Amino acid sequence: MDLFEYQARDLFAKHDVPVLAGEVIDTPEAARAATERLGGKSVVKAQVKVGGRGKAGGVKLAATPDEAVARATDILGMDIKGHTVHKVMIAETAPEILEEYYVSFLLDRTNRTFLSIASVEGGMEIEEVAATRPDAVAKTPIDANEGVSPEKAREIVAAAKFPADVADKVADVLVTLWKTFVAEDALLVEVNPLAKVASGDVIALDGKVSLDENAEFRQPEHEALVDHASANPLEAAAKEKNLNYVKLDGEVGIIGNGAGLVMSTLDVVAYAGENHGGVKPANFLDIGGGASAAVMANGLEIILGDPDVKSVFVNVFGGITACDEVANGIVQALQLLKDKGEEVTKPLVVRLDGNNAELGRKILSDANHPLVQRVDTMDGAADKAAELAAAK
Amino acid sequence: MAIFLNKDSKVIVQGMTGATGMKHTKLMLADGTNIVGGVNPRKAGTSVDIDGHEIPVFGSVAEAMEKTGANVSVLFVPPAFAKAAVVEAIDAEIPLAVVITEGIAVHDSAAFWAYAKSKGNKTRIIGPNCPGLITPGQSNAGIIPGDITKPGRIGLVSKSGTLTYQMMYELRDIGFSSAVGIGGDPIIGTTHIDALAAFEADPDTDLIVMIGEIGGDAEERAADFIKANVSKPVVGYVAGFTAPEGKTMGHAGAIVSGSSGTAAAKKEALEAAGVKVGKTPTETAKLAREILAG
Repeated sequence: MDLFEYQARDLFAKHDVPVLAGEVIDTPEAARAATERLGGKSVVKAQVKVGGRGKAGGVKLAATPDEAVARATDILGMDIKGHTVHKVMIAETAPEILEEYYVSFLLDRTNRTFLSIASVEGGMEIEEVAATRPDAVAKTPIDANEGVSPEKAREIVAAAKFPADVADKVADVLVTLWKTFVAEDALLVEVNPLAKVASGDVIALDGKVSLDENAEFRQPEHEALVDHASANPLEAAAKEKNLNYVKLDGEVGIIGNGAGLVMSTLDVVAYAGENHGGVKPANFLDIGGGASAAVMANGLEIILGDPDVKSVFVNVFGGITACDEVANGIVQALQLLKDKGEEVTKPLVVRLDGNNAELGRKILSDANHPLVQRVDTMDGAADKAAELAAAK
Repeated sequence: MAIFLNKDSKVIVQGMTGATGMKHTKLMLADGTNIVGGVNPRKAGTSVDIDGHEIPVFGSVAEAMEKTGANVSVLFVPPAFAKAAVVEAIDAEIPLAVVITEGIAVHDSAAFWAYAKSKGNKTRIIGPNCPGLITPGQSNAGIIPGDITKPGRIGLVSKSGTLTYQMMYELRDIGFSSAVGIGGDPIIGTTHIDALAAFEADPDTDLIVMIGEIGGDAEERAADFIKANVSKPVVGYVAGFTAPEGKTMGHAGAIVSGSSGTAAAKKEALEAAGVKVGKTPTETAKLAREILAG
């Protein structure tokens, strides 16, 4: 889960990474009081999870509380690279900035460890610095069990060639930033820029944090960081029902079991769609192993509630799960929806293979639901589902 | 022969006495797996009757190994306790630990991997978030259904469980030497490369099917490895061409970040290494058939 800048700022502050004061608001009028609390001037910063806010006009200086209201009015509701601004942060204005640096800790999948990236050339995208001035970027592996001690921090500072006058202060930031990374179960903590200001202090002026959703069981406070406002309503409804769902922009609704098989199903439908007017998958939905009728009904309900969906492809390979159970689940799910007054009007193509497939197929045939079609191969079923979506 | 697991493997189950552990211990036994014990410190000294098999429960992995000669552990331990269980397996130096558990925090996986490394990698870790591995007709360590296919000469390595089953099903008449589900997490123990190297060295494997998916660069690195080290034919499949950037697709590790980790890049890298890559699982199986038919 990627966080907003203000949430990153709050986590940094919690773990003693030096930051400027700031608070988040969602109405222009609130900018006045917030700016007054900061002594009468502020920076109004759009809160969107995308880079390039400044260039897009999403970061403005306000010399007075009135001006802050005006700037917040401009910025709230603005569209930045497809992200609508619902919140702005009213931040303390930075003292005179002398230099801008970059520091981060992240997961290094390739080497199955953590990595520190540091550079004295901050303020721009680190990928850009790495591409144009690779010498200016220091990458240091971090052992997950040893972590970042003051010695390790000094090693990073030396590798990135930070100036002597800020070396100790940057090392301190690295130690507290690592603390944030571990304590919050983060996948990424990034400070860019880390600014050296006129007083000689270094301050985290902007930051990015991404959290590991698998750690939710020991991070109860992270639930409050979820951005419900800009969540897709279908994704939000699916999450509420504990379904693994991602909304896409096509017309063929997809239900399957197992992440890999569902990803593959999306691809196969997209290929089939090339022969049927370019229809594409409308979603990713993995109902997992042992899908009960209730889970199947929940899944179908979400997908049939998507106005973009014109046909549905249920693709199940029975591993441990038996296909007769899955078939019963589909039949019961359709009945459940009917009983709830949500009768299915979109065609369903069902492919069942694997454990007890024959029995499962027979159950579907016997149920003889007018909208359910059985196709017994994955590629064939995808083609049929695409054809039905294109015909609608 | 087969890889990592055979009829002589003596298997213990960490987390056997939980509901999932019991269900799958039963299935593994039905597939002929030699299960010699379970581990649960709170139930040490007792035993569990599973379909007529009297399975002793030990207090630790080390004790189970000492008393039974176990050399494989399958872990069904819940995410919150998985790190400690894997560390215990590493400390006992059991040769193979198969971590089925889904939902382990990355900081925990990174910690037990770093620990395994610091101890000289004496324990091969498969997973986490994987279906385990099967050597059909010999032994089954995990949750892969034992009745999809039979012993044969195809080796399979895959990030995805259901795609493993799908591929075993597509090629069920030919059969498999071993099928290894390496898992869909960002940090996993055994990689595509490890399995490719083992299949290359396995006299019972004639062809390797490799299944990948979006996220990370494991497939690209596997492609480099194949080019330099694998003489046997390799057929590939990559899932996730239609996955949008920045969205996790079911598996914690299945995410395209910016322009990295895309299915297209993986397919391209594999093809550049001479691997035939199918557009769909069915087409991939067809490619494997064609090669085996000569």
